[in-house]
Amino acid sequence: MTIDWINFAPGEALLGGALIGLAAGLYFTFHGQIMGASGILGRFLAAAFDHEERSDWDVRLVFLLGVVAGPLAYMGVNGKLPAADFIASDTRLLLAGLIVGIGAAIGSGCTSGHGICGLARLSPRSLTAVLTFMTTGIISTFLLNHM
Amino acid sequence: MRIISIFICGLIFGLGLAISGMLNPSKVSAFLDLAGMWDPSLAFVMGGGLAVNLVFFHFLKRPSPYFADSFALPRLTQLDKPLLVGSALFGIGWALGGLCPGPAIASLAYASSEVIFFFIAMATGLLIGRSVEGWF
Repeated sequence: MTIDWINFAPGEALLGGALIGLAAGLYFTFHGQIMGASGILGRFLAAAFDHEERSDWDVRLVFLLGVVAGPLAYMGVNGKLPAADFIASDTRLLLAGLIVGIGAAIGSGCTSGHGICGLARLSPRSLTAVLTFMTTGIISTFLLNHM
Repeated sequence: MRIISIFICGLIFGLGLAISGMLNPSKVSAFLDLAGMWDPSLAFVMGGGLAVNLVFFHFLKRPSPYFADSFALPRLTQLDKPLLVGSALFGIGWALGGLCPGPAIASLAYASSEVIFFFIAMATGLLIGRSVEGWF
């Protein structure tokens, strides 16, 4: 294992992570719900088809708009958006997006829901979810990069 | 006030994602690439997030949220097939694209074709996943 010391940025990672944790904590304190990005987006989209998800669609929309505004606020301070180098072409991105969406919906959450909120609640389901997606993520990356 | 507070949560989340490097698929991929040039930064993102969030979950003594009637915590406690299958799939997709839902939403700020492709596919996947969840 070789550590990429050039790109390793623990300070920014910790600060960014702390802000994510703060957002999740505030969201729970204000709104009483888990700040799971896939759930919030999933329910927002489902409101178009499922009348049970229609309550709070406005709250979800406002949250989603806030999330998009975040990088814009970053740009306001730093003059540009953070670096974003894609690892896949458009076709692979379509497949990746589809699988991420299906997986997050079936698995009841993603890195914000299970990783940040679920682990903080000491949820065994979330710990299992995180270990599972980390494992398949690491194995998949190995197959993609080293085979 | 409720709407403003929710917007601020989204804003802080999006800003945190931007600062942390989670919006950079290369950085995510480098975190998952244990056999290559490994960038452990994202472990610190989760660490920072957990540390702060833990404070809220364990020291919050309010009987109810500020803007809702009650706290709505997930009711399931047992492990089940959907959790395992879904998480396994999620990890594969995350490795393939380097983006997960929160960053995908925040990345709409870039308005690039890559982000839009990923987002539309992810939105479709979420809706498909919601409807097939019962199959497991």
